[in-house]
Amino acid sequence: MFTLPRLAVAPALGRTASSALAASLSTAAAARAGPAVKVDRKKEIQAAKGRNVVLVDAARTPFVMAGTDFKPLWSHDLLRKAFKGLLAKTQLDTEHLDYVIAGNVLQEVKTSNVAREAALGAGIPDSVPAHTVTMACISSNQALTTGASMIASGQIDSMIFGGTEVMSDVPIRFSRPLRRLMLDAQKVRSPQGWINLLKRFRPSMLAPELPAVAEFSTNEVMGHSADRLAAAFDISREAQDDFALRSHMNALEAGKAGKLSDIVPVYVPGKKEPVVADNGVRITPREKLASLNPAFVKPHGTVTAGNASFLTDGASAGLIMSEDKALELGYKPLAYIREYEYVAQDPKDELLLGPAYVTPKVLAKAGLTLDDISVFEYHEAFAGQLLANIAALESEWFCKNKLGLDAAFGSIDMDKLNNWGGSLSIGHPFAATSTRLTYHAAKRLQDADTKYALTAACAAGGLGSGNVIERYE
Amino acid sequence: MKLTQGNYPAPLAILETVKAGLEEGMVRGLAKEASEFGRLSQTFQSKGLVSLFFAQQHCKKNRFGTPDAPINNVAVLGAGLMGAGVAQVSAVKGMNVILKDASEQGLANGMAQIQGNLDKRVKKKATTSLEANRAVARVTPQLDYAGFDNTDLVIEAVFEDLDLKKKIVKETEASLKKGAIFASNTSALPIKDIATASRDPSKVIGMHYFSPVDKMQLLEIITTDKTSDATAAAAVDVGLRQGKTVIAVGDGPGFYTTRILAPMLAEAIALLMRGVEFKKLDTASKKMGFPVGAVTLADEVGLDVGMHVSDSLSKAFPTRVGGPHADAGVAALKAMVDAKYLGRKAGKGCFIYEGGKSKSRAVNDAAVKIFTSAKPAGLSTMSKDVSDEDLGLRLVARFVNEAVHCLDEGILHSATDGDVGAVFGLGFPPFYGGPFRFVDVFGADNLVELMARFKDEDGGAEHWDPSPVLLDMAKSGKKFHN
Repeated sequence: MFTLPRLAVAPALGRTASSALAASLSTAAAARAGPAVKVDRKKEIQAAKGRNVVLVDAARTPFVMAGTDFKPLWSHDLLRKAFKGLLAKTQLDTEHLDYVIAGNVLQEVKTSNVAREAALGAGIPDSVPAHTVTMACISSNQALTTGASMIASGQIDSMIFGGTEVMSDVPIRFSRPLRRLMLDAQKVRSPQGWINLLKRFRPSMLAPELPAVAEFSTNEVMGHSADRLAAAFDISREAQDDFALRSHMNALEAGKAGKLSDIVPVYVPGKKEPVVADNGVRITPREKLASLNPAFVKPHGTVTAGNASFLTDGASAGLIMSEDKALELGYKPLAYIREYEYVAQDPKDELLLGPAYVTPKVLAKAGLTLDDISVFEYHEAFAGQLLANIAALESEWFCKNKLGLDAAFGSIDMDKLNNWGGSLSIGHPFAATSTRLTYHAAKRLQDADTKYALTAACAAGGLGSGNVIERYE
Repeated sequence: MKLTQGNYPAPLAILETVKAGLEEGMVRGLAKEASEFGRLSQTFQSKGLVSLFFAQQHCKKNRFGTPDAPINNVAVLGAGLMGAGVAQVSAVKGMNVILKDASEQGLANGMAQIQGNLDKRVKKKATTSLEANRAVARVTPQLDYAGFDNTDLVIEAVFEDLDLKKKIVKETEASLKKGAIFASNTSALPIKDIATASRDPSKVIGMHYFSPVDKMQLLEIITTDKTSDATAAAAVDVGLRQGKTVIAVGDGPGFYTTRILAPMLAEAIALLMRGVEFKKLDTASKKMGFPVGAVTLADEVGLDVGMHVSDSLSKAFPTRVGGPHADAGVAALKAMVDAKYLGRKAGKGCFIYEGGKSKSRAVNDAAVKIFTSAKPAGLSTMSKDVSDEDLGLRLVARFVNEAVHCLDEGILHSATDGDVGAVFGLGFPPFYGGPFRFVDVFGADNLVELMARFKDEDGGAEHWDPSPVLLDMAKSGKKFHN
């Protein structure tokens, strides 16, 4: 395990400070930094890219804690219901649907193209092609941006993007030696063959293979990495718990005020009533939060079950079109999908720093500054992780050395961040989250009557995404 | 034999033929097969079943013509047993269905029923999971009237209460597309009464489905004198596309199916009051050829439903459904309802349904007491030695007599419609080909004589008076079918 030097001053919410990272962090990061100077190339970029892409609407199933309301369902069930909900919400004539892409992380063995199967089951004509993407927590963002590129370049006019995740049931496989035995059994032709086969059996072969909780390349559990990241940026336990509570309170208020209008009811076999709300939102008393034990780094870690996102079941779907097509069909779009950017960095020490890396890049591409952004929707994988990313952007050292900038990038105004709750409270079905971030961003822009929003998320594998969204007038 | 109750000669003939072939060799076997086939083809059962087949084919045609634009957007009001069933058969056949209910629980139950039925079909490999998912995706459950401005047909399947239905008509029409059809699934409330609440009675029609909707073939469509032919054509078309065999009848009390059932159930109740054992009556009706015993049928329909129907149809037809002992019958049913013995849906009716297999259902002794103690003074106790055949014929005779009245009054368009409706909606013994063919087979003269005997046995009760049509046929030898 490696240690990080502590700082003299702890960066807390919104305050600037300098931070120092251990030299053992990858030095290659500096080479990947984005442009050093703000470029106002917006119009050129748009002209080069082609048509305007607009978000028409989005829908999602309630996000529920794994092992609760959606236990009897499969990921393709949830995605199908999200698609159906979206079609009902938009009253889209599927004559005008060209493509479907959805994300999924924990793939169900039954089908590797859950988007296709869910689309068929939802009543989308079988003539609409569909494919499935996987990019960990930003899978549905990848679905969105792939589709947006296809629309912008004129390949298609409209598509449905989304994502689904069911954590209540996971693919548990037979061990490889036992699989080998079973496959070889198909070739056995004689009693002697059976005997030879059975001779190879060992009781140890019965131990199942579980899906990985740890990062493939580093074998580190994500929460552990988050704890190290929080420590590196000196994010205190208090700050993390405060942020978690904030997330839940915002989600609760937003739910009451009817802001979570992307939710569609889900009928679960055996349930007397449809599931109509997220069930992870809860206001835990501050003292209770403070009393929880660290979950990943014991005994002195800061990441607990209370300030980390929880395992969730849920699915989401959104409809994007070229602006012309949307207007032709009589829709009033919610927003323009203006810019999108992906970043990738070291999975070992920068696993969850995606938002910090992507924010300056995507803003530069869009010709905007942090001050131009009125709505921030950042994925809350862990309270500590998000706060660390915010601190990184405020850190001169980080911005100079890792992002190749001249100075600290800036502060994200906390009053504009995740105002309707976030992944910590609403839940995080891996592949479904980015759709929700996009919808929240678009609706918050409409609600506040302001212009630009920025969505960003980190993802396993050391990946990150960032989108600039503009309100549609 | 257990399944056919000896009413179908073919299985026995098959066994004899196979036996001959095995014992006497192929040539003799084939000869026997030929001769048995010939013999069977001349039996009334064969003729009955053949005519039933043709009748069914006839009822798969739309006698009102084909509508110009087929209806694809349907709304169902009420997500109960019937509503969810109608939604299911519509969605499975490609129609878009809005399923509206007053409560989320109602919607959840309805959707669970549809999903459950389709899952069973997938398990049986009667359909693929893809088709099942697509069908469910065509159903939109909701609590409000969103989308009704794009709906061409509303089928109402709410509680059997006239005031409620009239209120629903007004409420729905406030959001409903102009020119859309409003259909009611009521089993006995007059459609013209429901139509008084509508903005356009020419668009109001009855669409009476049978439970379970996904399995019972019959759809009884009821037209008032105000219903337009276009409305009827459209409704029949939807029914045919849902896979139903359709008959269109007039808007009299009980329409056709409920009405012909009423005197039969009145007879059954009277027999129970006269001390006939529940299981004996069930056996007698099954021997007669009904798939379900009369007492079990009452439990399945629901004794509360039976009570309402008996009550209203007794008033409409005081002689044949009413009669001197009808009040006692209704009172007995009311006592059953008060004691919460509603039938299968309540777990207890004439039989007890809690747990256990349906084969060895226990008789509800309390129910026996209710019926026997409700026997009015004027009604004699039935002899313990009464034959099953007599019991069965009593039930059938009252059923058939009422059917004949329906044809005579113009409620039925044709005897064929009547045969189809009785067999596919109520389980009238199919091998007779329906009540009208029964008259032809049994002989109108024999039937009239039989009813006279029953009238005598029952102290001159007028409900045994045959319809004038029957009396005429008995004299002239005319038949309903050639």
